[in-house]
Amino acid sequence: MRDEGKKTSVEESYYVASQWQLMWRKLIKHKLAIFGGIILAIFYFVAVFCEFLSPYDIYEGGVEYIYCPPQRIHFFDEKGFHFRPFIYEVKQTMDPETWRRIYIEDKTKKYPLYFFLQGDKYKLWGLFETEIHLFGVKEGTIFLFGTGKLGRDLFSRNLYAARISLSIGLIGVALSFLLGSILGGISGYYGGTADMVIQRVIELLISIPTIPLWMSLAAALPPDWPPLKVYFGITVILSTIGWCGLARVVRGKLISSREEDFAMAAKIAGAREGRIITRHLLPSFLSYLIVNLTLAVPFMILGETALSFLGIGLRPPVVSWGTLLHDAQNVRTVVLHPWLLIPGLFVIIVVLAFNFLGDGLRDAADPYK
Amino acid sequence: MLSYALRRFLYMIIVLLIISVIAFIIIQLPPGDYLTSYIMELKTTGTDVSLSEIAALKKQYGLGLPIYQQYFKWMWGMLHGDFGRSFQYGERPVSELIAERLPLTVMINIFAIIFVYIIAIPIGIYSATHQYSKGDYIFTVFGFTGLAIPNFLLALILMLLFYEYFGLSIGGLFSPQYKMASWSLDKFVDMLKHLPVPIIVEGTAGTAGLIRVMRGCLLDELKKQYVITARAKGVSERTLLFKYPVRVAVNPIISTIGWMLPAIVSGGAIVEIVLALPTMGPLLFAALLTQDMFLAASSIMILSFLTVIGTFISDILLVWIDPRIRYEKGA
Repeated sequence: MRDEGKKTSVEESYYVASQWQLMWRKLIKHKLAIFGGIILAIFYFVAVFCEFLSPYDIYEGGVEYIYCPPQRIHFFDEKGFHFRPFIYEVKQTMDPETWRRIYIEDKTKKYPLYFFLQGDKYKLWGLFETEIHLFGVKEGTIFLFGTGKLGRDLFSRNLYAARISLSIGLIGVALSFLLGSILGGISGYYGGTADMVIQRVIELLISIPTIPLWMSLAAALPPDWPPLKVYFGITVILSTIGWCGLARVVRGKLISSREEDFAMAAKIAGAREGRIITRHLLPSFLSYLIVNLTLAVPFMILGETALSFLGIGLRPPVVSWGTLLHDAQNVRTVVLHPWLLIPGLFVIIVVLAFNFLGDGLRDAADPYK
Repeated sequence: MLSYALRRFLYMIIVLLIISVIAFIIIQLPPGDYLTSYIMELKTTGTDVSLSEIAALKKQYGLGLPIYQQYFKWMWGMLHGDFGRSFQYGERPVSELIAERLPLTVMINIFAIIFVYIIAIPIGIYSATHQYSKGDYIFTVFGFTGLAIPNFLLALILMLLFYEYFGLSIGGLFSPQYKMASWSLDKFVDMLKHLPVPIIVEGTAGTAGLIRVMRGCLLDELKKQYVITARAKGVSERTLLFKYPVRVAVNPIISTIGWMLPAIVSGGAIVEIVLALPTMGPLLFAALLTQDMFLAASSIMILSFLTVIGTFISDILLVWIDPRIRYEKGA
């Protein structure tokens, strides 16, 4: 992307750089944005390879593992440092006073951690059948984030959930972006009746409070739908509102910029409307669009999480951060098993990362400042 | 101005009408109705339901009619203050159920908005005037975090903390002994103790968003030439700030009422469910799950009504404050 081959002075390279090159240079100076971008890259990497990265099958559980707290990976034992990390055995017992299930670390039994280990069978992306997992233990268990009420490994489940939660954000935003920029563009550039109609529709949709509307629509999804259909149903529901905000931004910006001198100049020079919109007007408010898009993704993720948390979004067996949090609804359960809130932490991190990135992009998208 | 307000008002009525249609359609979308789930429930408990009984129930609930007739019946009733009857709350009128919860909902929402403005505007001004200072960074991080934490999670965590450290259950709006009691000073004081958590939780996201808006607008404004001119002429920094840029930057803030009210009403719905408040959100949720259709549709209507009014007020305010808007709308 950058022309490193040519030897140009710093000043010269500034003047020959294209707008996108300038944006890139400005973006990499924005530390928080880069930080957010890296976090997101890691998360999306995990989402793509979740089957490989997770040690267990997400539907395998057992009574003997119910609500097992997170196990720690150890490097040190009584003999000192071990290069190969290991895990102590945990045993389920009953607290004699409260009659609650508790787990005790048995320090006499150690299970070393192995990499690229054979484990539960899975199909990567539903295509390649294999049994190799990034890490695991040959005997005993490794529950890095503990287990849930069915004794299933929450670490694996969180990784799989990342795939669903993160993809729903992207697909939802892609849908809203398409709708929003087309309808907002028509509305803003042409005005008149089309503008009237589109604006009224938007106002109508916006004036119904989002979450109640989502709740009603989600509750209306037939309970016998297969998981994939529900997934797309929820995505569509989320973007029914998502596009409105974007369309408004596009429209507002088009209205204010179409009267600008440069737009007039382009018109007089004989540029076609499509060209004026895409080449002259759109770039002038690209920063706003990008900020809106990056802010819309977390909005979608939050929406899905909220719906699934209430139990009317995605449904088991689909695993998303929201469906995982659904198990954490009861305060008493959470007090006893705080690791159930880990998915919430991921949601916050991802949303933060998107916001940081969006903020950096906003500054960068206007490189001439 | 008056004609604009009047037109805006008429338009609001039309929007409400259309929303009522949408609400009713959405409620009709799921297969089956309250009666089918009710009959199922009776059957699972071992009670046998005869066909004639079903027919009688259907007639009683008005479920046998075609959908549009049901709608008009409901609409007609609503104009007379009759929102139909709830199925799950043992035949109680919907209007009664809503009347119990609406004042509390409105109160919490209004408090949340006041909270948002009191916190966000000064912080926004500070952040813009002290761009890239330590304080700005702290507030930015705070703002981002506020945006990132899902409302319901914040509610859950606060409940958790209170439960863990104070042994208090902060769910609900009243302590158990006041729940059924009629209004008294003690009950009021008890409610005030329960209010901060819902208000803070519901206001957080809005505050974070508004800080960003305020900071952004003011920063844009501060770069403009009239500011430089005024500064060059020796206007004191404080006068300059509050006399011009802040006033211009507040403009978009007013229009944000238009989206903030829906956002707070909407986000509040989940918080209220988590905190088990006696407000509209949980009412709607329960109604949706049991397909209690009149209650659900009326709840959506009322919630939308709140936000439509909010948008109406913000539009009027905007025209009132910024005369340029009127020309743009061609009124």
